[in-house]
Amino acid sequence: MTSKTEVTLEHFYIFNGTYAKKEGEEEKKILYYYPEKDLDVQIKNIGLSEAIIKFAQSFNPGQPCDYCHTHKTRQIYYQPEPNFWMVMIVGVPYIWKEKDGNKYTEYQYDEVSSSVCQALLKQAYVMFRLFMGSFDTIINEPECGSITLLKHKLEHFYSRYLMSLKLNNSDILDVFQGLQFLPLDKITFLRVQCFMNLVEAMFSQVKYTAFLYNDQVVWSGLEPEDMQVVYNYLVSTLLPAHLEKELHEGSMPRNSPSPFTTTHYGKFVTGPSSINEPSLIGKSPKVFINYSTKPVSLYLVVYRALSATICLFVDSKTSLLIDFFKSLDSFLGPQLTTLVNSVAEQCAKHVTVSSESCKYLYFNKLNLAYKSTIHPDNRRCSNVLTTPEVLRVITDIYNDTNKLKEAGEIIIKTMSDYWVVGKLSNLREFFVVIQQKSASIMEIEEDVKKLCEKELKSIFFH
Amino acid sequence: MEATDQDTRDDYYLELSSDPIRFESVSCQTNVFFDDSKQQVFAVRSGGITGVLVKGPNQNLSFRMEDKGPVISIKFSPNMNILAVQHNNCSVEFINYSSITGLDNIEYSQSCKGKNATILGFVWTHGNEILFVTDYGVELFQVNSEKHNVRLLKCLSLGVNWFIFCPQSYLVLLSSGTIGNQMQTLHITPGNLHKLTKFEVEVGVAKPGKLAVYERDVALTILYGTPCIILLRHQPSTNRSTGAASVHVYTVHKMTTIKRSHVLKLDVSGKFAINVVDNLIIVHHQTTKTSMIFDIMLPGVSDGTVMHHTSVAPVKSIKPYSLKIPGTTLSNEMYQPCQLYSPNWVVFQPNIIIDAKLGCLWYIELKLESLVKFITDKVLLVEFLMQRTNTKYILIHILQNFMMQLPISLMDMPIIFDKLNSVYRNYLENKIQNQMGTPLQNNTKSSNTVIENKYKLVLDQSDVYSYILSKFPENTIEPKMIVWVLLEYIRSLTEHSIPVEHYLHELVITTLVQRKAYYQLHQLLQYHVVADSKPLACLLLSLENLYPAAHQLALDMLKRLGNAHEEIIEVLLSKGYILPALRYIRSVGMVDKVSDRKFLEAAKATEDATLFYSVFKFFKQRNLYLYNATSFIKGERYQPYIQHYKYLFEGTDNACNSDTNSNVTISS
Repeated sequence: MTSKTEVTLEHFYIFNGTYAKKEGEEEKKILYYYPEKDLDVQIKNIGLSEAIIKFAQSFNPGQPCDYCHTHKTRQIYYQPEPNFWMVMIVGVPYIWKEKDGNKYTEYQYDEVSSSVCQALLKQAYVMFRLFMGSFDTIINEPECGSITLLKHKLEHFYSRYLMSLKLNNSDILDVFQGLQFLPLDKITFLRVQCFMNLVEAMFSQVKYTAFLYNDQVVWSGLEPEDMQVVYNYLVSTLLPAHLEKELHEGSMPRNSPSPFTTTHYGKFVTGPSSINEPSLIGKSPKVFINYSTKPVSLYLVVYRALSATICLFVDSKTSLLIDFFKSLDSFLGPQLTTLVNSVAEQCAKHVTVSSESCKYLYFNKLNLAYKSTIHPDNRRCSNVLTTPEVLRVITDIYNDTNKLKEAGEIIIKTMSDYWVVGKLSNLREFFVVIQQKSASIMEIEEDVKKLCEKELKSIFFH
Repeated sequence: MEATDQDTRDDYYLELSSDPIRFESVSCQTNVFFDDSKQQVFAVRSGGITGVLVKGPNQNLSFRMEDKGPVISIKFSPNMNILAVQHNNCSVEFINYSSITGLDNIEYSQSCKGKNATILGFVWTHGNEILFVTDYGVELFQVNSEKHNVRLLKCLSLGVNWFIFCPQSYLVLLSSGTIGNQMQTLHITPGNLHKLTKFEVEVGVAKPGKLAVYERDVALTILYGTPCIILLRHQPSTNRSTGAASVHVYTVHKMTTIKRSHVLKLDVSGKFAINVVDNLIIVHHQTTKTSMIFDIMLPGVSDGTVMHHTSVAPVKSIKPYSLKIPGTTLSNEMYQPCQLYSPNWVVFQPNIIIDAKLGCLWYIELKLESLVKFITDKVLLVEFLMQRTNTKYILIHILQNFMMQLPISLMDMPIIFDKLNSVYRNYLENKIQNQMGTPLQNNTKSSNTVIENKYKLVLDQSDVYSYILSKFPENTIEPKMIVWVLLEYIRSLTEHSIPVEHYLHELVITTLVQRKAYYQLHQLLQYHVVADSKPLACLLLSLENLYPAAHQLALDMLKRLGNAHEEIIEVLLSKGYILPALRYIRSVGMVDKVSDRKFLEAAKATEDATLFYSVFKFFKQRNLYLYNATSFIKGERYQPYIQHYKYLFEGTDNACNSDTNSNVTISS
């Protein structure tokens, strides 16, 4: 008689209905299925999903079905590429209740947010596309492209990816898929920008660059939709793993006898772990970007010095030899070390002390910038500074403000004395969370106004 | 044939002036004197009556004077009213001169005051003052041409071996001491002599009876406004071939102290001569018939006290020169090649070369167009050119060439731009200071910045914009590289706290838009790299069709400007954002001032009945508050809106346009 308090992943499958032309060929549709189930069960479930999608389509042609709520599950449908469907089914948490001596389960529908789940499903796709390429490109790959190859790649990628899926620690930030920008003065930004330009100029193999400082973006040469995925990968997967490894190895080897580490602190995150040992050249992942214009695949070389992370997107036609890394290291290392110092100096001046009572979340969909004092860092951990309830309220408000045309405001008071205010203006979202007992709506309004004046003074937000 | 001609011509960066001053060459009858103060050549022909021909840069005169034996020295006073002639070792004679009447016949003379002293030479200083230098010291006299007399003003006793005078700085360098290594410099002001600190030249092994330093190895000049003493040092060495000479430059500070500040490495030994052209030291080496160029303002290697410099460009000889000589007939003139670095050459400061045998006086000239090809270091080349006169267009051309070498040349651009802008910044500061009328004495600036202001070329934003940044030849450079250069230039300007002009910002924006790099543009605006202004906000608004976010950026910019309420209202209304516009005017306290008809018109255009209702009621409220009545004054102008309101909400269908669609919306 245990309660289930967590959202669980029940099914995750990808199919293409057009692959089964005749009855009896249904199994051809299946491209990936999690968890391992009997083939019949797989076919049955996929069939049901197809039916729901078809059924919904007849009501609203051209606008595919997004999700379906059932008593025990929440089903999310997503068609990333024509005829390819991804379906994620999550189990709704429940608790046991007793009434008149009869035990029964009560499902906590409110605890699952469909839009967050939908965001996670889309994320699962774009992450796959970043590292493997789109379904279409895999199938049509000139050398060995085939459905079988796609199946293999899906299996290879998702078997690990689904393990790291954080259904319970996901919230509105997953919906935004935003980037945190580092507040910086003009001249320091220009220095960073010019340095990155110089890198591109000196190394013609480098096609795009990006510069991050402490998980915050300073400069991105990628288009926002690509940067969004790369940023997510860096901040939630690559950099935490790298930091952990460094911590394990005893952090920065300041007094290392190696000639490379004595002059600067630069180090490759992807690529060779040591410049001096060619055997440890390592692997730099290939990424697929630029889907909106001309898709390309590039190597992602990540270099880190102190708190700065540099991403170099290198032409995949070049072979990444140790000499390339060596010349990169000797160019980047010393210059980056001084540059980072000037960035760090500026950052120290920009430290803002967030007020204790007011927390806020800002998002601008046009440049994907977000800022949150609710989330102390951008690792997806449970240490948010508010309750899951509040986060869900924010998500709900977001869904509503999305329907507003140009500007508007929604204020909600929760049972636990939280005031959640959502404001939309000039295509920006601003959410304020205030916990204050026996406050009137006037007082809250006044607090929000003050906060807006303080935090958003340099933008048009009314 | 022509091509090789071109090549050989380009292989030289020094040349002799094309039109030399010709004079009668030295012979048994003719003696030639040169006065470097007035740059006049005196050809003195003797025999009964002395005939004198004087040739200067813009003079050509001749006169006769009584033959009183061989002339030792002959010089005109600064304003040409007195001619001083020296015939013997202890006195100088004066004859008044007028350009109309020539020499008068009254001679008067002055012998040196020192008993048994020998006059080493004399120089005219200020006005009619003349300085005698004898082996026992110096004597300053005032010559009164009207009274035909001479009066002693000042004298100073000092054993003198030889002397040099610089007519630009009025400095006299005296060699004293038994081995001639004590250098005493005097500054001659009108009526007075000032001693500067003495300095000593280190001597190696002094050969008996020989001086450590000879006159021919020393030159006085002015480099970048500072008087300098240039001293050739021959390094005696056991092995003759390895002894390399060097040039030591002593700079004079505030006409009081002298310090050795620069050493120029020559790498060769033998006979040298020194010229100065455009603040460059040119060292001619007779043995190899080549010349070297040094610039003491370019960075060298410091040993703590002295800067060591090497030649700016590879060692080259002066461009071959042919002298035009009359042929047998008038029509067939001939060209006779001249011997360069001839033993008959005498070199004078700053830039004069005289061949006494040929009877030619040349000015040595710099061919910057070919010199630039020999300086391979880009940064050095830019710095070098900035320090020359009239090099603006050469420098611009060089910079244009750098742009063609992108992307590799981007490496040097930060330093090049910083060098340009550091000078530009000083120039701007000076301009502001002059406008504010701050007295120059209060200027606490180091002398270095003063030199930068005066002797360095200023390339301002409009130059860089109009000659370089906006002039990229089409299709030769990737647009993204243009952005790199632009941003690098803006970075450098910002680093020097120079406000960036709007046309540069505009260029950045249009270049980014051209290559559709909207997100990069967004980031630049986000970090306020582009300064806010109404024209830029309008430019952004016009980009909305290409990049939707430009609208948001434009609104932000207008808001930051703080005085663009009208524009913001326009923008919002044009988008049909009527309620946000009302909310905005309320938040900035402009409700009383705005034109209600503008809002009503916009609301009517949306065909949204509820919205129109809200706007209509809002302004009725305002009427009540402003005029104590809900009705609109000047009612006739409001007729269309009042009618529209009635039509929508009061069912009185007497409007001119009975729109069936609207009829449906009145369901209330």
